[in-house]
Amino acid sequence: MGRHTVPSVEVRALHVLRGKTMVLNDVDFSIPTGRITGLLGPSGSGKTTLMRAIVGVQRVTSGSVQVLNKAAGSPELRHEVGYVTQAPSVYRDLSVEDNVRYFGAMHGRNRAQAREAIDAVGLGTLAKRRTADLSGGQFSRVSLACALVSEPRLLVLDEPTVGLDPVLRAELWERFARLAAGGTTLIISSHVMEEASHCDTLLLLRAGRLLARLTPDELRVRGATEDLELAFLHMIQADIAGRRGAA
Amino acid sequence: MNPSMLGATAARVLRQLRADPRSIALILVVPAVLLAFVYYLFENETLPPGVPRTFDRVGLMMLAIFPFVVMFLVTSITMLRERTSGTLERLLTTPIHKADLLFGYALAFSIMAALQSLFATAVAYWVFGMDIRGNPGWVVVVAVLNSVLGVALGLLCSAFARTEFQAVQFMPVVVIPQILLCGLFVPRDQMNPILELISNVLPLSYSVDALQEIAAHATSTATMTADLLVMVGFVLAVLLLASPTLRRRTP
Ligand SMILES: Nc1ncnc2c1ncn2[C@@H]1O[C@H](COP(=O)(O)OP(=O)(O)OP(=O)(O)O)[C@@H](O)[C@H]1O
Ligand SMILES: [Mg+2]
Repeated sequence: MGRHTVPSVEVRALHVLRGKTMVLNDVDFSIPTGRITGLLGPSGSGKTTLMRAIVGVQRVTSGSVQVLNKAAGSPELRHEVGYVTQAPSVYRDLSVEDNVRYFGAMHGRNRAQAREAIDAVGLGTLAKRRTADLSGGQFSRVSLACALVSEPRLLVLDEPTVGLDPVLRAELWERFARLAAGGTTLIISSHVMEEASHCDTLLLLRAGRLLARLTPDELRVRGATEDLELAFLHMIQADIAGRRGAA
Repeated sequence: MNPSMLGATAARVLRQLRADPRSIALILVVPAVLLAFVYYLFENETLPPGVPRTFDRVGLMMLAIFPFVVMFLVTSITMLRERTSGTLERLLTTPIHKADLLFGYALAFSIMAALQSLFATAVAYWVFGMDIRGNPGWVVVVAVLNSVLGVALGLLCSAFARTEFQAVQFMPVVVIPQILLCGLFVPRDQMNPILELISNVLPLSYSVDALQEIAAHATSTATMTADLLVMVGFVLAVLLLASPTLRRRTP
């Protein structure tokens, strides 16, 4: 694995039952430190549930999730793990700055560090604006800034680039790469396959099962095309065909 | 508990409130206006000599009831929003302790309640000449304690509501029985025994008792102290019940 080989996250035989459906079924993998891991899969495949399990807010049915060598959700991890939910979770009636400063205060961060997180998501000029009065993309970036401010060792981002323009997306992926180079471990889910090329490792989920854990290059080879979107589609179709054949 | 997280939470709740001038008006101005209503309602009553004015009795109890009702409403809605917007879940992934969150809310709203009752008590005392023997400072203490009770019950009830409409539905269930039975309409010792028994386990009854003690005696009495301690006990018990409704892990 090159530079870093210490796993940040280790998931073993994870099963999660939500309602009556087995949303995650026997999922096994580990995530190296200081790398960007992409979580890909069709809608409803269990990406959010898996992230919730890693952050420790998801009740799991069986199996284990270890984060930085502790059980996911342990009190000691609350300083180390940052989580950006799929639906932006910030206070709509507060300004951008008040939101980021409040979440920063939970980690002992000061005003300057809050400003830095706001600048990092490109909202510097809108810091005083009430978040309810922002556009959809700006709103979701406030949510991201609220996680960046704590400078966690593990950042779990659920579709952080949805609704952003290509320029901003590129800037954010550069920022993610810099964070990873600085030793932060990132887990990022996405629907945009073109973004998968920015990841070091990809986890492909389908219907609650881990289909594959590979690099973007390996995905191109396995899918027999340069186009990641198409390669992903090929793998999913092969999986569907394989299961039908087995049944 | 961590004072800086508790303080940050209280400051955040107050900032949210500041963004909503109508809620501030509800908290600060409306009680004083309603007090004026009560005053003018009984303006022309004729009383035998020596009998206290109805305003002195009813107005005084209203000073206890306002902060309770208003803070219950404001808290249950604010907390419900916190639960449904995902900010609560997010907050619980940070190092904040549940007690910091609960007491942060209680601190913010008791600051507002203190302002409210300072204003309402001042109006009752100086504008309408409310006649109380005891120190009006104690009235403010009872009002603040009542507001914290409203906050605690609001935090708890918000766990059982899915929408803001459902949250408001707890008003007739949780708040109105307490107002009916607290001694405002009929003194508690003249109630039918079953109702009196029920009123004995409702916290608002104790704050009305305490206020009556403050009105009747120049110095603080043992009964008043006991009433206040019972109130504190209720507040802590309700907060303790509310704490497990803040779940860090959900299905
Ligand atoms: N609270 C819940 N109760 C029961 N089932 C749920 C619950 N939340 C999600 N599910 C189900 O679990 C499955 C996985 O959901 P999850 O949110 O993890 O998918 P996802 O991969 O993040 O999808 P998307 O890309 O649309 O966000 C879905 O079939 C969903 O219907
Ligand atoms: Mg999702």
